[in-house]
Amino acid sequence: MISDSGGGSKIRLIGRRMFILTAAKAVVVFGVVGRLISLQINESKKYKTLSDKNRFREWKFAPPRGVIKDYFGQEIASNEKVFQLHLIPENAENLSALIFRLKNILKMSDNNVSKIQKKIKSQKPWDPVIISDNLTWAEFSRINLFLHELQGVEPIISVARVYREQSSSHVIGYVSKISKRDLQQKNYLVNMKAAGMRVGKTGLENKLDSEIIGDVGHKRYEVNAFGKRIKEVSIDQGKNGKSYKTTLDLELQSLSANLLKDKAGAICVMDIYRGDIITMVSSPTFDPNKFVHGINTKDWKELINHRDKPLVNKAISGLYPPGSTIKGLVAISALENDVVNTKMVQQCSGSIELYGEKFHCWKKKGHGFVDMRKAIKESCDVYFYEVARRLGIDRLSETARAYGLGDTMVKGFHEEKTGVVPNTKWKKQRIGKSWYLGETLHSGIGQGYWQTTPMQLCLMTARIANGGYDVEPRIVLGEKSKFSIFAEKKKNPKSLEDFFNSEVSNEFDDTTIDLGYKPLFKNQENINFVKDAFFGATNEPGGTSYGSRLSKKEFMFAGKTGTSQVRRITEKQRELEIKNEDLPYEQRDHALFVAFAPYNEPQYSISVVVEHGGSGSKSAAPIAKKVIKKLLERHPLRQQIHDNYKGEDV
Amino acid sequence: MFRSGSIQSHLTLRDKIFSLDLTLTICIFLIGLISFFAMYSTDGGQFAYHTKSHIIRFIIFFTLFFVISFIKTSFWYSSATLFYLGVLFLLILVKYVGLTSSGSQRWLDLYFLNLQPSELMKIGLILFLAKYYHKISSGDVNKFRYLAQPLLALLFPVILVITQPDLGTSFLIAVGGVIVVWLAGVKMKFFAYLGGLFLLSAPVAISFLKPYQKSRILTFLDPSRDPLGAGYQITQSKIAIGSGGLFGKGFLDGSQSYLDYLPEKHTDFIFTLFSEEFGFFGSMVILLIYILITWRIVNIGHSLRTSFGRLYCYSFATAFFIYVAVNMGMVLGLIPIVGAPLPIMSYGGSSMMAIMIGLGIVMSCKIHKDQSLG
Repeated sequence: MISDSGGGSKIRLIGRRMFILTAAKAVVVFGVVGRLISLQINESKKYKTLSDKNRFREWKFAPPRGVIKDYFGQEIASNEKVFQLHLIPENAENLSALIFRLKNILKMSDNNVSKIQKKIKSQKPWDPVIISDNLTWAEFSRINLFLHELQGVEPIISVARVYREQSSSHVIGYVSKISKRDLQQKNYLVNMKAAGMRVGKTGLENKLDSEIIGDVGHKRYEVNAFGKRIKEVSIDQGKNGKSYKTTLDLELQSLSANLLKDKAGAICVMDIYRGDIITMVSSPTFDPNKFVHGINTKDWKELINHRDKPLVNKAISGLYPPGSTIKGLVAISALENDVVNTKMVQQCSGSIELYGEKFHCWKKKGHGFVDMRKAIKESCDVYFYEVARRLGIDRLSETARAYGLGDTMVKGFHEEKTGVVPNTKWKKQRIGKSWYLGETLHSGIGQGYWQTTPMQLCLMTARIANGGYDVEPRIVLGEKSKFSIFAEKKKNPKSLEDFFNSEVSNEFDDTTIDLGYKPLFKNQENINFVKDAFFGATNEPGGTSYGSRLSKKEFMFAGKTGTSQVRRITEKQRELEIKNEDLPYEQRDHALFVAFAPYNEPQYSISVVVEHGGSGSKSAAPIAKKVIKKLLERHPLRQQIHDNYKGEDV
Repeated sequence: MFRSGSIQSHLTLRDKIFSLDLTLTICIFLIGLISFFAMYSTDGGQFAYHTKSHIIRFIIFFTLFFVISFIKTSFWYSSATLFYLGVLFLLILVKYVGLTSSGSQRWLDLYFLNLQPSELMKIGLILFLAKYYHKISSGDVNKFRYLAQPLLALLFPVILVITQPDLGTSFLIAVGGVIVVWLAGVKMKFFAYLGGLFLLSAPVAISFLKPYQKSRILTFLDPSRDPLGAGYQITQSKIAIGSGGLFGKGFLDGSQSYLDYLPEKHTDFIFTLFSEEFGFFGSMVILLIYILITWRIVNIGHSLRTSFGRLYCYSFATAFFIYVAVNMGMVLGLIPIVGAPLPIMSYGGSSMMAIMIGLGIVMSCKIHKDQSLG
């Protein structure tokens, strides 16, 4: 027998010590149970949330952008199906062979291929890489033909922005990928980062971006610890962007663009009562579709190095001295301020000497004796030197501002320029020098410091043509404007024209101030006088735009030409009588023309600017004539839509 | 007084079967059964490799448990030293021909099984020390001469396992040994000395720790230190258990585990998986079964009349409980991640084999309690 020495006492000792251990075990059990209670009962909610956070991941996708239509419902910016090609590296049997095949089928550049390879390396192998987000139909069908050999490649049909024509590229703008700057400037983009998301960069695409962009959709996937999608849990389609109807007329847009083909310039047309912008065209134009899928370097360089700056919307960002188109405004200012009357006569001998400086009229041999109507009609510079001299620059600039110059007028276009309405204070502040009287004279014929956009000139003409009311431009139907507030209060927008055309009365004045439209005149006779002088300029022999008149009574319009110098004409050049056409392109004068039509019942105003086009009467007025003809032909159609127009729906 | 027991020196197989502890046997079987479901879930709801292999192992080792129970206790008593030395030999062998996995050399390739001798040492040491203290008289226990041998017997395998390196298992081996020494009646002051020595040597020991071991300890102290690295396991395990709530996410619906957020779900974190799918109630059921097992072993020990039997059963019960507590404490974020399997539940042949041998000897003690060790 093996010794079990100690016997009972030993066993008692073991028992005692075991008791201590058992007590310790009980403590441990309490500890474990306590922890389970704390984790699974008390903090369960927190851990369930954490578990779901682990488990679900959301993928955002871009909704289709809203459609931008013209007044007649024609789509200018819309969406189209695009064929995309996605590659899931994980599914490819031999990735490098596959990429080589794709390179051959799609004729991809080496640069492109290396970009894709870099992308593949930076991603998880199950995340799709976009090989191309805009395959042509031919490429797409070729891919489909070989699809059974191209394991890991997925052709996908998606939706992307498309612009059907290029006449409206500037006013509509374009979309492109979201940049860092967009994220800083547009707060609504914070949660919008999604594959294929495009953001408006310029024009209406930018102005309406927050609404037109829609709400991103979400696909919720269950993912494993490595980020691989296991299954789709839920899907939220998002919301399509809001569509908009604009005041534009696509037919006039394309006619205008055609008329400016091979020229640099802009055409603006607006409704003088409602402020509706009917045409806003800038030339040369560009293809906005190129930006949607990322413009290539070559195209981009071509655009920004182009002499005529195709990307600039010249209608609102092009700055030109107004030239003689300002003369109507100078006349109004002088008449309203009672410094001259229409009967004032001035002799024009081709030039005038004042303050020791010689000021020239465009007509070398002079106009002879002219009164104000003739001065406007024949655009006598000497007459307006005298008017400006009497008026002074500060009073002129006040009138110019009232008529819409020197400020941005189309809301929401970040590319719009304010221009310059010079006065003594402005010169002191901006240039730091005192005003010279000679500069007042130059300003009186729209030269010197003046900087205006074609849109401002169009608006100025509209405010003259509607009898002197501060109509404001609008481009989007449904936007609150002075007009819409007015229409709401008046409950009968159809009678608007009657309202404008009726005689001024006291009763009337009160309501206008109350309703939003404010008269800009002291005496409406002054406005009517200028309108009549414009009529003379276009429809009476000797008028500067007589050659571009429309003789049919209902098409008759009234306008004012302008020729703005881009350089100072030296005495030598004057003597040599160098013709504009003989000058280098950059030194030729800008041609301008403003008008309203029809004369009898004015409805629209127009401005045309042709950069380095020579004279307003030769290059700008003939273009305006064609636009006005089309515009007036389409007027009944527009009126019909307007009459049937009830809400502001699209 | 012992003589009376030796009267029934010949037990028939029928007698043996009838004297099995039913509660203990059923509890072991239940844990096995639960582990099948848990393993099935880790395989993603498929009857795949881990599940099959786990079931086969359970069947083999559960059979082994019965075989061991039916063998006389005196056999286990007399072969205890040999068993210990044999396992020690294997541990030394591992140093030379062992398989290395994730930087640790722990396994012997036996072709049908990769044996991890350190798991067997958990039982071997307890068995050896129980026999040792059975032999010496209670008066000699605290004599210095009699302290040296157990200390060496304990330190030798522990150091071998630490250097594999395998901190978790060496700790569990040491704990088992210390418990036997403690129960045998060694005075508290010696434990105090040993503890003091341990604390003094701690800075030296820390300098020997592998970087990943250091980071585990630091991470335990502050899991948010590195939530994607070393803290990941604790964080994900807590999320899994906590999100299980009262009733769990349902069988096969433990998202944390089937989406692979849970690390080592077959082995160390099997309790986490079960807890996520069956919630607080499921966890309590498992805990209860383990407590029942511990309680039954202590109870069996209590009924024994030999010091060997008592020492062995008490020590094994305590060690078994500590294995469970360490594993649960670890997955619940109460103690650092040390790499300790949950007995029977966790995937792993050596661990299950060791536990089944240990339980088998307990059962052998019960069946043969009236027989002498001679």
